[in-house]
Amino acid sequence: MAEASATKVGSPAPPLELPDTEGTVHTLPKPGEVPATVVVWTCNHCPYALAWHDRLVDLAHDYAPNGVRFLAVNSNDAERYPRDSLEAMRDRVRAEGWPFPYLYDETQQAAHDWAAQVTPHVYVLDGELRVRYEGAPDSDHMDPSQNAAWLREALDAVLAGDEPARPATDPIGCSIKWKP
Amino acid sequence: MLPGHSWRAPSTGAGRIWIDAVVASAPNVELLWWEGCPNWKDALGMLRDGMRSVGLDPDTIDVREISTDADAEREEFVGSPTIRVNGRDVQPPGDDPAGLTCRVYRLRDGRISPLPDPQDLRETLSKAIEGGGE
Repeated sequence: MAEASATKVGSPAPPLELPDTEGTVHTLPKPGEVPATVVVWTCNHCPYALAWHDRLVDLAHDYAPNGVRFLAVNSNDAERYPRDSLEAMRDRVRAEGWPFPYLYDETQQAAHDWAAQVTPHVYVLDGELRVRYEGAPDSDHMDPSQNAAWLREALDAVLAGDEPARPATDPIGCSIKWKP
Repeated sequence: MLPGHSWRAPSTGAGRIWIDAVVASAPNVELLWWEGCPNWKDALGMLRDGMRSVGLDPDTIDVREISTDADAEREEFVGSPTIRVNGRDVQPPGDDPAGLTCRVYRLRDGRISPLPDPQDLRETLSKAIEGGGE
């Protein structure tokens, strides 16, 4: 079980400015620009991240009409884990047609700033960029019928202007692969 | 009793000799794990259940932590958890490099999983008992 995150629910989201797999730099939206943003730390080699991936893709498609922004970040040390290299990330995005940018955190600064611990580790921000949910997508990586229920629940609450009933859960997955 | 079972050990007499021979043929079962993956205890539970289901003693599992890159290289450890029966990986990893990472298994129904398919595990154990696990 992962330890509690340092990115507290209710606090402003740390900054995020990273290139995607084609080199385009992405940042968080400006306050008030979109009603909600999902930021998920993920990677290419972790079975938990892979098991949850399709559910996150479905969620991104489902909430796009609501104006929800979705950003995926990979902070793993690509030298020791070549399957998480920028090239491998790009190959995957192109082959699978990801509906959201896959950002490359080469310095791992973003993971440090956000206190991301594992892949996947998801955050939901409200329109004013305050963290309203952080944790796992749902309760069981092995059960696709869970359909990222915790994340959907949090997004629905934020879009309705309410507080998520379950603002934080324990993120479950592979540890971020820090550089030595 | 099936060959490979080790659950009964007469203390003396001809039966002792027979049982010793059977125990000697019990497969060598290893579980290698790394703390960066949260599921090694689930893997151990699954492995213990699998061994019980084919009549093997789960207390004979050789559980070893892999904590450094050097350990991983030496043990040809391609991720946690790795389960080997008589040296044979439950789901042979192909050309995956050794390293401190988490294994990606594919279940029989196609789902990606951090743990091997329990049926693959039982099958590997059964084959080893029958002498086909080398």
